[in-house]
Amino acid sequence: MTQISLNGLSKSFGKNTVIPGLDLDVQGGEFLVLLGPSGCGKSTLLRLIAGLETASGGDIMIGGARANQLEPRERGCAMVFQNYALYPHMNVRQNIGYALKVAGVPRAEREARVAEVAKSVGLGELLERKPAELSGGQRQRVAMGRAMIRNPKIFLYDEPLSNLDARLRVAMRIEIRKLHQKLGTTTLFVTHDQVEAMTLADRIVVMNKGVIEQVGTPAEIYSNPASTYVASFVGTPGMNLLNGDFDAGAATIRLKDGQVIALPKDASPPLPSGPLVCGIRAEDLATGGAKGLNATLQFTEELGASRLVHTLLAGETVIAQHAGTQPPAAGAAITLQADVRKLHLFDAVSGRNLGHPGGNA
Amino acid sequence: MVERTPLINLLTHAVLLLGLVILMAPLALVVIAASHDFKTVNLSPMPLIPGGHLWENLRAAWVGNNFGQVMFTSLVVAFGVAAGKIILSAMSAFSIVYFRYRLRMVFFWIIFITLMLPLEVRIVPTYAVAANALSPYQGLIDALASLVPAISIKLPEWNLLNTYQGLILPLVATATGTFLYRQFFLTVPEELTEAARMDGAGALRFFWDVLLPLSKTNMAALGVIMFVWAWNQYLWPILVVTDQNHFSTATMQLSKAVPGLAFGEPPVWNTAMAATLIVMVPPLIVVILAQRWFVRGLISTEK
Amino acid sequence: MEKRVTFNNLWIAAAFIAPQLFLVFTFFYWPTGQALYWSLTLEPPFGGGNQFVGLQNFKAVFADPHYWDSVIRSVIFAITVTLLSVGFAAVLALFADRNLRGHQLYKFLYFLPYAVPAAAVGLAFRFTFTPEAGFLGALNHLHPGLWDPTRNGWQALLQIILGQSWKMAGYNFIFLLAALQSVPRPVIEAAAMDGAGVLRRMREIQLPLITPTFFFLFVINITDSFVDSFGMIDVTTKGGPSRATELMVYKIYLDGFESKDYSLAAAQSIILMLLIVVMTVLQFRFVERRVHYS
Ligand SMILES: Nc1ncnc2c1ncn2[C@@H]1O[C@H](COP(=O)(O)OP(=O)(O)OP(=O)(O)O)[C@@H](O)[C@H]1O
Ligand SMILES: [Mg+2]
Repeated sequence: MTQISLNGLSKSFGKNTVIPGLDLDVQGGEFLVLLGPSGCGKSTLLRLIAGLETASGGDIMIGGARANQLEPRERGCAMVFQNYALYPHMNVRQNIGYALKVAGVPRAEREARVAEVAKSVGLGELLERKPAELSGGQRQRVAMGRAMIRNPKIFLYDEPLSNLDARLRVAMRIEIRKLHQKLGTTTLFVTHDQVEAMTLADRIVVMNKGVIEQVGTPAEIYSNPASTYVASFVGTPGMNLLNGDFDAGAATIRLKDGQVIALPKDASPPLPSGPLVCGIRAEDLATGGAKGLNATLQFTEELGASRLVHTLLAGETVIAQHAGTQPPAAGAAITLQADVRKLHLFDAVSGRNLGHPGGNA
Repeated sequence: MVERTPLINLLTHAVLLLGLVILMAPLALVVIAASHDFKTVNLSPMPLIPGGHLWENLRAAWVGNNFGQVMFTSLVVAFGVAAGKIILSAMSAFSIVYFRYRLRMVFFWIIFITLMLPLEVRIVPTYAVAANALSPYQGLIDALASLVPAISIKLPEWNLLNTYQGLILPLVATATGTFLYRQFFLTVPEELTEAARMDGAGALRFFWDVLLPLSKTNMAALGVIMFVWAWNQYLWPILVVTDQNHFSTATMQLSKAVPGLAFGEPPVWNTAMAATLIVMVPPLIVVILAQRWFVRGLISTEK
Repeated sequence: MEKRVTFNNLWIAAAFIAPQLFLVFTFFYWPTGQALYWSLTLEPPFGGGNQFVGLQNFKAVFADPHYWDSVIRSVIFAITVTLLSVGFAAVLALFADRNLRGHQLYKFLYFLPYAVPAAAVGLAFRFTFTPEAGFLGALNHLHPGLWDPTRNGWQALLQIILGQSWKMAGYNFIFLLAALQSVPRPVIEAAAMDGAGVLRRMREIQLPLITPTFFFLFVINITDSFVDSFGMIDVTTKGGPSRATELMVYKIYLDGFESKDYSLAAAQSIILMLLIVVMTVLQFRFVERRVHYS
């Protein structure tokens, strides 16, 4: 079970600083997902760990030893690339076995290992095919087989599923997770798809512009986002965010249009009065009822089992879960009931989480 | 990539440097030889420290070979060929790609096949055409007249020997550019043509206002390649110019650049190398200034 | 490939393609047809129209030992030039593609030889290799007459082989480098992660992936050295000494313009054309397979 620690790791391309300085500890055997929007430096971070990029500063510790100067092959990592990067001129057998060939493993042993790995990724029949003759999902399996065959200490995946169609993506997700359960190898998985992150990860690292916003289990990240950024990025849909003014004496938040959300007196957070952002998830906002926040319905998103209503509240779009079966027509007035104990309060400037009305900040 | 390969890096630098020395040596030798006086250049081996006679030799070579006139001729030919290719091939590719008529693919193949056979393999008959550019048509008429005597006509002669047309036109008559433009036109989105037609543009306007501006890089690439190619032509000029004392291109002038002082004396290598230098500088300058287009042009015309 | 949207004014279509067709007819098809006609006919010595003689000219060409010598020399020339210049360029391209310090300068300078006119290349090499001055002439201090391309056939041939290889190396470098650069980075990185070192990656990943470019360059280089060697030969050896550098094109030129034997020259032209057509067809077969990955 190999641990990885990154201490003050930074990376610049010329003048362009992609990762300004980052600390992260990956536990042995953990399945860690790096989540963030396109261009935030996820791939760069993964490639730094793999040794495909040279760090500009800081340390990369793999299994307790400094690895900055080690070549990719010495780090014990295997990588699955987004476009698979299969060797186009080699067939499946040769692709999977190439690492062993380079390592000088005798032919007979190599063939046996390739056969074993190919079988475990379901490619037993296709060993003689070239990559161009395989489907997307099959190529994906070859890439995984190629990574597995070396019994690596660390698996690195760079958006390996983004080229697959939705159905196959779900299936491969399960296979990757199963593989991890079987082997227990430390795994870093990059994605910009938060559903993928939630379903796969032991822990998620949410990145933004080369900086870690939050590290935590999927449940922690969902229920206790560290910042407005995480809150809006994670979850389908993301958390609703509303600007408001907190009145410490009255324990109320006044929205931009003058409507007021009253916090429970007993659980009002110990904050000074002033502007803040309050966040609430769609499932903590119910529709209907006589009293509540007045909003205008924009449209309804039908999800089958449930439906989401997009409403306009205090000039901002707010999404709520609609309980009734018959959604009102667009443009209709609608009232929203917020579960105030599930409210999140964020600093208006920094976006940091300031705590719950419920307490546990 | 993190790679500790000091030995291979050293090897890399050594190989690259050695390659550079090999590839630059002949050019350097030309310059060095052109900078020595007659005695030094004929030492064996020649000293590699350049001498101080470069300008003197260049001037001697320039005057002795009448390079003022000769370089002008070569410039006209090179520009003429480049311009001719750019214009003609854009037009013919437009006709082939943007219209639909039965002979379209026939024409395409007629032009395309010319890519296969360079001028060198058909010099003798091409020379005969250059002596009278209307002879093919006379030939056609004569062939018809043997069937229908009534149409027997005698065309005048049009002699292209010792003319700019004679130097330029046969070099323009290949498909390199047509092919390049066709490939490019095929990548131009259909929506652009539709939009232009909605805006009321006809074929000519579309060609002029949309296609030509879009093909600027292709034109530059084709122009650079063709300039260098035409400048470097050797065989065709020495055939079509029969009066070499009055009319000569730079490269053919080189065949006369190595006279000995007298029989049995060593050749005047220093001025000969100065002449070589003068002749190779224009294409080198063009290629150095337009490197990007040159490389691009080479790669796309050879497809 | 076809355009969906086209224009209807066929007058414009005709006007735009006519100049090119005229040129191509006048300077390509007519002369090519003429060459075929001449190769099958003989001009009678006392005037009058040409007489059809069937394949007699070709028989004469094939019966001429000098012709076969020129063919053999051309083949030797073409193959050596191709192997030398493609091999040399491949080594340079592989190492330049490592993008170490200074690579841009190398990449910039390496292809310059291709821009130098063949006649200038010829003169430069003639000077370098001249027996009484230059450099290799110094060999004659060891033993008089050891180096003299003006008398030694193989030395003269070597001289033009080196000249042509030098010129083509720059050209081949451009194509090989472009091919190497189009191999996707992740494939190389995957090989590095699989433990393949620099030289091993060159051998087992990069070279195999650019084989289509090699085929393409082989054909181009062989074709080019068949037809493009004229300028170099004319300013250096003029086919000598005693025909040692008389390649096919040069012999056509001599037979046609020095001996004025149009029929013989035409027959040789036709043979050369056929050879080149075969090469070009081969090339197109390979063009299809030039891109390995998608
Ligand atoms: N080799 C490079 N040279 C210069 N800039 C680079 C290089 N590689 C990446 N970058 C820059 O670094 C930033 C982060 O890139 P990175 O590939 O890590 O993003 P990412 O989070 O993986 O995005 P995506 O989800 O789109 O893959 C981008 O702005 C990119 O332009
Ligand atoms: Mg990425």
